[in-house]
Amino acid sequence: MRRKFSIKKITLLLFLVSFVTVAQHHGDESGHQEGSTEVTSEDAQKKSIKDYINHHLLDSYDFGLYSYTNDHGKKVHVGFPLPVILWDGGLKVFSSSKFHHGEEVAKVGDNYYKMYHNKIYKTDAEGTMNFEEGDHDHPTNAKPLDFSITKNVVFIFLVSLLMFVVFSRMAKSYKKNPVPKGIGRFLEPIILYVRDDIAIPNIGKKHYKKYMGYLLTVFFFVWIINLLGLTPLGVNVTNNIAVTFALALITYLITTFTANKNYWGHIFWMPGVPWPMKIILAPIELLGTFIKPFSLMIRLYANITAGHVVLMSIIGLMFLFKNWLGSSLSFGLAFALSLLELLVAALQAYIFTMLSALYFGSAVEEHHDH
Amino acid sequence: MEKLISEFSFGLFFWQLFLFIGLVLLLWKFAWKPILEAVNGREEGIKNALASAENAKKEMQNLQADNEKLLKEARAEREAMLKEAREIKEKMIADAKEEAQVQAGKMIAQAEESIRSEKQAALAELKNQVATISVEIAEKVVHAELADKDKQLSLVDKMLNDVTLN
Repeated sequence: MRRKFSIKKITLLLFLVSFVTVAQHHGDESGHQEGSTEVTSEDAQKKSIKDYINHHLLDSYDFGLYSYTNDHGKKVHVGFPLPVILWDGGLKVFSSSKFHHGEEVAKVGDNYYKMYHNKIYKTDAEGTMNFEEGDHDHPTNAKPLDFSITKNVVFIFLVSLLMFVVFSRMAKSYKKNPVPKGIGRFLEPIILYVRDDIAIPNIGKKHYKKYMGYLLTVFFFVWIINLLGLTPLGVNVTNNIAVTFALALITYLITTFTANKNYWGHIFWMPGVPWPMKIILAPIELLGTFIKPFSLMIRLYANITAGHVVLMSIIGLMFLFKNWLGSSLSFGLAFALSLLELLVAALQAYIFTMLSALYFGSAVEEHHDH
Repeated sequence: MEKLISEFSFGLFFWQLFLFIGLVLLLWKFAWKPILEAVNGREEGIKNALASAENAKKEMQNLQADNEKLLKEARAEREAMLKEAREIKEKMIADAKEEAQVQAGKMIAQAEESIRSEKQAALAELKNQVATISVEIAEKVVHAELADKDKQLSLVDKMLNDVTLN
């Protein structure tokens, strides 16, 4: 079958070239024009690139690898549907293929749901969306509590599984022989690095052990998932604020619940300053305890998001230039930037772990005279 | 900020929190703890091995020093023994020489003494023999002289002559 690719779809393909054979499921695209016509004008192309980048940055309810328009002008999506789990007066579980990529209303039991801007809303049988006056981004429809296994959840699970398999096998190999073998040879120095250069200097030899589990897990988790974000699978987990929020929340909770008297003393009654200052400092310090994990959340989110946006924009430039010089220049730039992103992937994991360790360290710091 | 809040997906947050905490706990039990323990054990082992190697080295050095000392002592002892032996030898030689000299002196003295006494004895004997021989000769002469009367008388006369002259 000869496939007629639009330029946008080629961009897409470049990203999402996948060597896995996947099941195809064909979306019914009859009423949907967006993206199915050949893009000719530059503005439209720019918009389509922008839309594509925005779409790429979002989570999705199906595992889409790529999509194209076939000979009959129909949009074909290649990928897997994923389960949608809603809590709406009872648990509702159904396949995301019911939404047909946001184009149809899904009927589950007596309820109707519609996907709008990648979010699920409760609607009537016709799928009417209610908006406030002059606003087309925030429907007033009810939003059911959404626990869907989205693409990001799948990847979080896969990375967790991968980490568990790799590291538990590594642990087992130590039982036979204390010298690491295979992948352990590569991973052990990293584990030791986290222990000797992140945990011990920041937390101290006395307390570091109880934080090692979290620090090692968060380091490898963020690193691996950042690296996966750079693969053509098109998965971005760490550029979801929900994910970085969850991680930062754990750091915050661990800091708060393992903190000693000295830590709280420094927050509510700063030693060594006159008492009016103590009163002024207390709310500031208390706010600081929230700002610290908040900065962790924003830093990871913003770095990964910005990296993806810039990288994809430069790749998009290749298709806007349409001449050999500009395109090859942006190709070189994209290549250099990809290398930089590889560094950023590791760097952000390092910074997140490092700062978490720093906060834990301040929580268990022993009293010393000023 | 508004975009961030609208982007926030509670489902994703829930799953991330749930899966991640599960992952931390599982990995701690099945991976991090055994790995860190194994690595710690290995590091301890290496440290101990190094320490014991260092100790062995020190012991070796001590032993070597001891050996050296012993050797030195032995050498010194040998030297002393040799020296003593040499001294003894010299002393013995000296003593022997001295004794030999004394002995020789004594022997010489004795010899001289005996020679002298022998000489004296010999002289005495010689004297005796000379006397005896003289007496015998005299006897024989007298005997011969006094064999006849005339001669006896003449002798007496002669003797008498001699005496009167005096």
